Amino acid sequence: MIDLDKWSEIFESIKRHKLRTALTALGVFWGIFMLVILLGAGQGLQNGIEFQFEGDATNSIRINGGWTSKAYKGLPKGRRIYLNNEDIAILQRDFPEVEDISGRVFLQGNQQVRFKDKVFAYSVRGVSPAIAYLEQFMMVQGRFLNDGDDHLLQKNAVIGTLVKEELFGKDGDAVGKEINIGGIVYQVVGVYYDKEGERSLRDIYIPITLAQRVYQGTDYVNNIWFSTAQVELEQAKSLENRIRRMMSAKYLFDPEDMRAMWISNALEEYQNFQNLFAGIKAFLWFVGLGSLLAGVIGVSNIMLIIVKDRTREIGVRKALGATPGSIVNMILSESIFITLMAGYFGMILGLMVLYFASSIQSEFFRQPEIHLSVGLLAIVILTIAGALAGWVPARQASRINPVIAMKAR
Amino acid sequence: MIALRDIRKAYSTEFTRLEVLKGIELTIEDGEYVSIMGSSGSGKSTLLNILGILDDYDSGTYHLDNTLISKDLSQKEAAYYRNRFIGFVFQSFNLLNFKTAQENVALPLYYQKISRKERSDLAMHHLEQVGLAEWATHFPNQLSGGQQQRVAIARALATNPKVILADEPTGALDSKTSHEVMEIFDRVNAEGKTLILVTHEMDIAHRTKRIIHIKDGLILKDGV
Ligand SMILES: Nc1ncnc2c1ncn2[C@@H]1O[C@H](COP(=O)(O)OP(=O)(O)OP(=O)(O)O)[C@@H](O)[C@H]1O
Ligand SMILES: [Mg+2]
Repeated sequence: MIDLDKWSEIFESIKRHKLRTALTALGVFWGIFMLVILLGAGQGLQNGIEFQFEGDATNSIRINGGWTSKAYKGLPKGRRIYLNNEDIAILQRDFPEVEDISGRVFLQGNQQVRFKDKVFAYSVRGVSPAIAYLEQFMMVQGRFLNDGDDHLLQKNAVIGTLVKEELFGKDGDAVGKEINIGGIVYQVVGVYYDKEGERSLRDIYIPITLAQRVYQGTDYVNNIWFSTAQVELEQAKSLENRIRRMMSAKYLFDPEDMRAMWISNALEEYQNFQNLFAGIKAFLWFVGLGSLLAGVIGVSNIMLIIVKDRTREIGVRKALGATPGSIVNMILSESIFITLMAGYFGMILGLMVLYFASSIQSEFFRQPEIHLSVGLLAIVILTIAGALAGWVPARQASRINPVIAMKAR
Repeated sequence: MIALRDIRKAYSTEFTRLEVLKGIELTIEDGEYVSIMGSSGSGKSTLLNILGILDDYDSGTYHLDNTLISKDLSQKEAAYYRNRFIGFVFQSFNLLNFKTAQENVALPLYYQKISRKERSDLAMHHLEQVGLAEWATHFPNQLSGGQQQRVAIARALATNPKVILADEPTGALDSKTSHEVMEIFDRVNAEGKTLILVTHEMDIAHRTKRIIHIKDGLILKDGV
């Protein structure tokens, strides 16, 4: 049952003591506000990073040929290492961990792509069907390239959703349409969507063998990308080492020469980011809890001052018939009310800032958010701390002899 | 109304023990108008505070309206008796600065759990009695000393207590306002209320019907 009279007495007191109220409120408000902002920003960072990785399969390894940077077995440094179809075959044959695999051939520069009277420029890549899995594509229309397309050298193309929109309009149907890529006519067989971002939605994919024969004249690939069975980081690293030794024997480069061949392991990168991220998060929690602690200390101090400040008032109230219980109740109800309100507004304002910050779409920051329970818990902690901090002096003050209390200035 | 038997009270500090009241015997009947006089430090305030249950005593017995006010009353019981039986008037008024005159007068009624409406009506009535109705919404710092003391008297009367205790009620006032305050006391007593006040001033004491002189913690002389 709410004691209306008590609360109107409390509201009066709050109204008449604006500075005191503001000081108490500010500490709590700031503590909660900072906590929400910091934890929200931390979550935004994590969301951003995880989103980056959501775009691709995390259990995958990419291999790029590079330039040797060390002389090896009488061969000079500065040699270019080209990967080719044979390497793909070896990887598939000799490394059981390798699952979906594809070479990638990037056509030189952007290609002019024409549909009826519309002309745009897009990057065009020759790939195997496995890319659909490696890139984690979602097919919006039609299908991705298949082995048949590759064997029969079909002039089939799969386009990103943005390519489709630009060439065929938002509602247009692309499948079955013929487009002209750099002077050669292709038939669109599918449209894909990739979470990774806009850049990867402006690409066109064609069968790899076709790209090698028609545009390149060699069986070189720009890089090789494959997924592995779900393995631990250690196993992924050992696989990476074995591949490097195999390649080093084949292409004659120093196995210690990292620049001769770039092998990047998405799992390792992911782990690195996770570790970095855990560090950042721990730091943010540390700072957030620090500001919460500062809030608690601030509230406690102000409670001490308030009780001291009210000693004479307490004495007068007691002389007029207030029981010690009613005194403690009055002081604590007031402080709990102020902390709760201030905490609430701190959280609301913090959430509003996060809401506006969520329109910031950068590569490593996205959708800052905070679990509501964390914010509420913080408010509860502050309130309990404030109540405890106020309770001790309030109880003392409620017990001192009213004659002495009334002498206080 | 009031019966004190062999009341003793000492203040002890770490090194000293000061006996302030050394066996007070005192009976005050219903409707009496009493002043307590004595030199500074003689124990007047101490006695009044014991009468008002603001302070406890060491030994003896104290009956207020035939109720034994035990020397180890709980704080809660003391609060109850203070609220029901006693109205205080202090030298320094002791009004709450953040409350208006009317709210100050209504405060003791709040601790009787009287409804808000009734509180402010009663408070207004008592402000009228001390001639301050039109000052009801003023804060203490907007009132003169005499006016503040009249608000304090209205507050003491608000709960219709059995006895009014005033510790040097005119001590902070000039002679003109002192007499205004005393006129109110005279009238309150004339209406039948028991009144006990502590004073230094002879002319104030002579307005009362009985003067008790205290010296060194004992009643020296009791009479007109
Ligand atoms: N809380 C206390 N602790 C210790 N000593 C006290 C306390 N209160 C009063 N005394 C001492 O007790 C004695 C009596 O004090 P009391 O206030 O009763 O005197 P009084 O007669 O009211 O004097 P005055 O006319 O100056 O008000 C004084 O010597 C005073 O110093
Ligand atoms: Mg005194």
